[in-house]
Amino acid sequence: MTYLTDSPIDAQDLVRTVMRRSDGAYVLFEGVVRDHHEGKAVESIFYDCYRTMAEKEIDAIVKDVSREQPDVAIAVVHRLGHLVVGESSIAIVCASPHRAEAFAACRAIIDRIKKTVPIWKKERGPGGEEWVGWQC
Amino acid sequence: MKVRLLYFAVLRDIAGRDAEELSIAPGTTARDVWQTLRHSHSKLAAYLEPPMSAINESYASPDTVLRDGDELAFIPPVAGG
Repeated sequence: MTYLTDSPIDAQDLVRTVMRRSDGAYVLFEGVVRDHHEGKAVESIFYDCYRTMAEKEIDAIVKDVSREQPDVAIAVVHRLGHLVVGESSIAIVCASPHRAEAFAACRAIIDRIKKTVPIWKKERGPGGEEWVGWQC
Repeated sequence: MKVRLLYFAVLRDIAGRDAEELSIAPGTTARDVWQTLRHSHSKLAAYLEPPMSAINESYASPDTVLRDGDELAFIPPVAGG
């Protein structure tokens, strides 16, 4: 399984790969490039990544959450490279016979990805460009 | 001994490269490599503590002693999602 892509994300296609006939719900989370960050205008974001490690980290998160929520089917894809405002940077689908487990799994996955997966973003706007988190 | 040091995000911009081979003495830790980087790049001088370290694609303590052939990366605060 690869969790990383350089192409636009088709979230509905991701849903189709996950859904089973026994599922009564799916939760789809998409992270989207917005037009501002901490008061500054944003036009686009460049996502950088330590690909081999990120694949392992996301896989570990998916496996952990699958153990915690064994009835939930999970798919994750994170896009890399240059994205403009309105484009999706990540999609997570959690399908389950019942909604509560799907919500919980989806929330757990995005929260953990934001903490540990080695992906970085450089925001570009009218005022220039800047790495988020550590500018040095 | 040789290790491969990978640069990502802001560190790539500062170093001006994606990666380099480093010759190190036995007993060298990831923290030692960070101190070398701080001395080589003035923009890093203020960062006494290294960011998270990864050795061979897994997070590791900066006090881990490096082995010949290791792949080391410093992981600035991540911002995925």
